Amino acid sequence: MSVLHGVRVIELASERIAFAGKLLGDMGADVILLEPVQGEPSRSYPPFVDDQPGDNRSLYFLHYNTSKRSVILDLDTKPGRAAFKKLIATSDILLESEPIDRLSALNLDYDDLIKFQPSLIHVAVTPYGRSEVLSDLPVTDLTLMASAGPPWSCGYDDHSLPPVRGWGQQGYHTGCHYAFMSILTALLHRNGSGQGQFIDISMTAALNVTTEAGTYAWLVSGATVQRQTGRHAAVKPTGESQIRCADGRYVNTGVPPRFPEEFEKLLAWFKQIGLADDFPETVFLEMGATWEGPFDLSKIGEDEAITAIFSAGRQALIMIAQAISAYDFFIGCQNAGLSVGIIYSPEEAFEDEHFKARGFPVEVVHDDLERTVTYPGAPYQLPASPWSISRRAPHLGEHTHEVLAQL
Amino acid sequence: MAGALSHIRICDFTGQLAGAGATKWLAAFGAEVIRIEDPVKEGRWDILRATPPFVDDRRGVDFGGGFNNHNTDKKGITLNLRTDKGKQILTEIIKKSDAVTENFAAGVLEKWGFGYADLKRIKADIVYVSNCGFGHNGPYSSFKTWGPIVQAISGLTFSSGLPGQPPAGWGYSYMDHTGGYYMAMAIMLALLERDNSGRGQWVDLACTDAGLSLNGPALLDWTVNQRPMRQSEGIDSNRSQFAPMAPHGIYPCSGEDEWIAIACRDDQEWLKLTEVMENNQQTSPRTSWCRDYDEMKYRLDHQDELDKKLAGWTRQQEKFSLQEDLRQARIPVGAVQKPQERIDQDPTTAKAGLWPTITHSKMGQVRVDGMPVQFSRTPWQMNHGGPCLGEHTEQVLTELLHKSPDEVAQLKEEGVI
Repeated sequence: MSVLHGVRVIELASERIAFAGKLLGDMGADVILLEPVQGEPSRSYPPFVDDQPGDNRSLYFLHYNTSKRSVILDLDTKPGRAAFKKLIATSDILLESEPIDRLSALNLDYDDLIKFQPSLIHVAVTPYGRSEVLSDLPVTDLTLMASAGPPWSCGYDDHSLPPVRGWGQQGYHTGCHYAFMSILTALLHRNGSGQGQFIDISMTAALNVTTEAGTYAWLVSGATVQRQTGRHAAVKPTGESQIRCADGRYVNTGVPPRFPEEFEKLLAWFKQIGLADDFPETVFLEMGATWEGPFDLSKIGEDEAITAIFSAGRQALIMIAQAISAYDFFIGCQNAGLSVGIIYSPEEAFEDEHFKARGFPVEVVHDDLERTVTYPGAPYQLPASPWSISRRAPHLGEHTHEVLAQL
Repeated sequence: MAGALSHIRICDFTGQLAGAGATKWLAAFGAEVIRIEDPVKEGRWDILRATPPFVDDRRGVDFGGGFNNHNTDKKGITLNLRTDKGKQILTEIIKKSDAVTENFAAGVLEKWGFGYADLKRIKADIVYVSNCGFGHNGPYSSFKTWGPIVQAISGLTFSSGLPGQPPAGWGYSYMDHTGGYYMAMAIMLALLERDNSGRGQWVDLACTDAGLSLNGPALLDWTVNQRPMRQSEGIDSNRSQFAPMAPHGIYPCSGEDEWIAIACRDDQEWLKLTEVMENNQQTSPRTSWCRDYDEMKYRLDHQDELDKKLAGWTRQQEKFSLQEDLRQARIPVGAVQKPQERIDQDPTTAKAGLWPTITHSKMGQVRVDGMPVQFSRTPWQMNHGGPCLGEHTEQVLTELLHKSPDEVAQLKEEGVI
């Protein structure tokens, strides 16, 4: 039995918040997805099972709606509203992304609903928050991200190429992460006080505070970061850290060595591969390996020795990367204590022995497809209250009768 | 005013962003977060303590701008855990804490004598959340990471880029922010479990697990359809990965490095877009090339040329006035905002109180990232900057552990604090 067992969530279906509902459901909450009679539009998003479009074949919908039940309910009808109020009376959380005035126009906003459930936690996730009319304009993951900062920091050294938005609905994800954190915070508060509350979340604000130095370089020192290929956007250009290896795949060379023991191991490996003699700056690696006292990174650019040693470490890593395969570079560097990474495609990571050993891939029985499907698994491992997919994504209205009959 | 988490105390070893970001959330909602740092190395394990940006010419462990941003309203104490007395004091703090949190490399805390078995002996229902790149189990558990490495491993770097180019990655540590979010979730989930059952637990959080879980539909496309994301034609992540939308991209505007994101979800939005083009062009009626693209399927099949033609038009438009025109027409649009534009010129972020000014004991008044949420009953608060090294050592030792000023002075002399 997981930690949110006994917590009932009403989710008014919207692709913007589906992930928050999944985070809740996979930790044991009873998530009831309320859909219009024609179904949530993301039921028809590709990709599809066996590339065949059709009912209950959208892999997009299947992923974002695990551990939920589906009920058809039309809030525009009187019986629909009556059932909704009864449902709220049995619920702990309302999760929605409706147009900002819709629920109040239906007399179903927070102030109305607490008459039926005084300790309700009502979470509204909208593009700009409940008080902004902009929230009712159409948006997509791409346009939200553009407004809120991430693409400004992301792209290439060549600024004639457009800024880049990363794939995977990460803009929606970020709003949903804040929704889930907010709900957990409100539940901890309710446990002690018995009180619920209304929580207003802005998706663009969530992305605005998820841009690291893009934001705080401006807040602190009035400086603007500029995007660079495969590495952090920065106020002053930094050295490249993404290298194409001998097998054509890329690695991220990470933070170059900065401690004597790291220089020592790098030097040993460098010699072992047979590159040390071809590198005029090996002497600086040796200096790094025998450095005494703090190696103060803030003195790069000021202190000549520190600058030369740091730069030699970076150059040595690049030379090694170009001489061997990406995987060998990743394993070799990590064994030398250096934080570097192979740039995997998602499926390559999924197939890596490490994630298999951690039990990341999980099997979900699809009675409807007459097969078992392997899903991405737990983002965190809580042994006393485990994450799990309790059921496959629901068919449209699959649980209408069983849920409404209980009211 | 009491916050939602005012009843919670965290014994906090986190740093950087992936850890510190988690306890920043808890502190904003009233939790008492006590950061434990090493006096010998001046807390430099958290490299952000002494790295840019800086508010002025002052440098050192109390002046890192990122550190201040990620550690608002936390207390900071120094404790030398190489000494027995230091370990004793830590034990006393753990006894009075609800959770112990850290994002060291796997096994570091255990080496100091404070692994989960030790923590449980000190306080039976303690919540322990460790956060490291690969977790404490699995073949790579001894490997080290930071944000960009997590992104590289978990597929997120690969899936951000343009065709014919190397991966663009994220340009910042998306997975340090997001790893921090998952850590905050893990801490709160475990505290809720303790409320339910009285049991504590150790949550072994791996940022790469969290990162990999953010590729859901692409992974199902792999497991069900055997379709890999690594394909010879490369990827264009400015295009729509799921719902069919075209045009869907980031297009140039007039001026230097000015861009706008535009998406058309259906034929109606495309028709409205062509009307805006017609109005803005003033020279020609709806151009014949537009008519070729009136059907979504055609637009999807000819995105390269469509993007080129659309860019030819957007290039002549001013970014914010085009955004206004497209908003009026109810077409999904977003100007690519620079930091100064979204922070100082976008009224929506200021109105939401997203950039609170806090007071740092040495830096003075500094703006920081706030929280993008408004709670009606227990709002978040941010008042104080990140703690200077050892700023609250004396306070915590006297107020929480009831040490006398003489004892504190003695500990200082012995190099324990």
